Amino acid sequence: MSEVPGDLRYSTSHEWVRVNEDGTVTTGISDHAQEQLGDLVFVELPEIDHEMEAEEACAVVESVKAASDFYAPIAGTVVEVNEDLAGAPEAVNQDPYGAGWLMRIQPSSVDDVDRLMSPEEYREFIESE
Amino acid sequence: MGNRTPLYESHKAMGAKLVDFAGWDMPIHYGSQLEEHHAVRRDAGMFDVSHMTVVDLHGDKTRDFLRYLLANNIDKLQNPGKALYSCMLNEQGRVLDDLIVYFLTENNFRLVVNSATREKDLAWIIKQAAAFDVQVIEQPQLAMIAIQGPNAREKTLSLFNAEQRKVVEGLDLFFGAEVDDWFVARTGYTGEDGFEIMLPDVEAPAFWQALADAGVQPCGLGCRDTLRLEAGMNLYGADMDESVSPLVSGLGWTIGWKPEARDFIGRKALEAEREAGPEQKFVGLLLEGRGVLRGHQKVVVGDQTGETTSGGFSPTLQRSIALARVPASIGARCQVEIRGKLLDCKVVKPPFVRNGKAQIEL
Repeated sequence: MSEVPGDLRYSTSHEWVRVNEDGTVTTGISDHAQEQLGDLVFVELPEIDHEMEAEEACAVVESVKAASDFYAPIAGTVVEVNEDLAGAPEAVNQDPYGAGWLMRIQPSSVDDVDRLMSPEEYREFIESE
Repeated sequence: MGNRTPLYESHKAMGAKLVDFAGWDMPIHYGSQLEEHHAVRRDAGMFDVSHMTVVDLHGDKTRDFLRYLLANNIDKLQNPGKALYSCMLNEQGRVLDDLIVYFLTENNFRLVVNSATREKDLAWIIKQAAAFDVQVIEQPQLAMIAIQGPNAREKTLSLFNAEQRKVVEGLDLFFGAEVDDWFVARTGYTGEDGFEIMLPDVEAPAFWQALADAGVQPCGLGCRDTLRLEAGMNLYGADMDESVSPLVSGLGWTIGWKPEARDFIGRKALEAEREAGPEQKFVGLLLEGRGVLRGHQKVVVGDQTGETTSGGFSPTLQRSIALARVPASIGARCQVEIRGKLLDCKVVKPPFVRNGKAQIEL
């Protein structure tokens, strides 16, 4: 069974979101999603200051099998990307909620986070898929 | 539910992730495609390839038939057990399938063809065989296990008894031998040494388990694809199919042009193409920067274009590689379009990796 930490929110396209103390959010792909994708070999991240709409395809994760889009879980501006992934994309497989984070976003509206799924809802969602 | 090989339950018990492959429920990996890839390059891995189609040909005129059916020249097979890789072409010189043929006895040859093309191949072979009075007998009761890697032979041999060992140990590259009702061949599809073993389906699960116990890593079809790509081996349906000739698919070397008197299906069309000079050629590409090449991406060569036929990340080289059909005028470099961006590639000659070592300059 995939790990679904209780302190995060989740999107239907399998991104997770963590609200930081400074009001930014950190996001990445869920344990369930990395498992489905298989071994990651390349991650293409957006530019800093890139402004994006919710559900916009803003990054690409490439596994040995295929390239998959990563969708912005909320609208906002990219304030930081995980540059370590350039040399170690496998961190997404090994530690999807930690070292495998993708980007940090300044949300357009903090309320957007509340519209995402709770851990319980996400657990049900992946079981029903 | 798709077709299942005799090893289906073994795969499930060993934790395989199963996917549909040409109508068969096959393992894609057992946890990590990358780890399985490295196991084959560094030690030993095994693949269930029982979904492939084994066809035996019987009859006094089997050799005559194969002289006509195959683009490669069957007369290269003079010693029993010897194997030959060949394309089977249609009248237009396009590739119906690629296959391996084993010479067993003068009136018995064995073909191993792809699973996705099974029905088409069988219909074609049966149709062509009629004039030669050759019997075409499929062997669906045979399971097939490929064991590949630098330690594959040693680990496999440890499971044979002295009698069997004597037969199998001395096998030369690209030869096979019958051992009781098993057929053991020193062939493969990964660029590593090893065996491909055909055995009765009922015996397959125990042998698979014994191999695992001997330290052979179960591998899925996922890493089989990255291994064969590194080895520069063509995949039917990706790198060639019925729309192209072997001359533009990197398979010119498999055509038995001599003797000129041998008439094989597709010969006339191929000769015409060779005379005119093929407009395209088949090359390897190495992506210079970061990113992943895939099949069916546009290759840009000046004002001309070509296409990658298969591509991916090479776990051994830690770089991205591809096979591509490109304008014959291509030089040492080109660009490939990935998500709207043109990325620089070096043109190289496959294979990329052989026996665990890089064959190209990175």
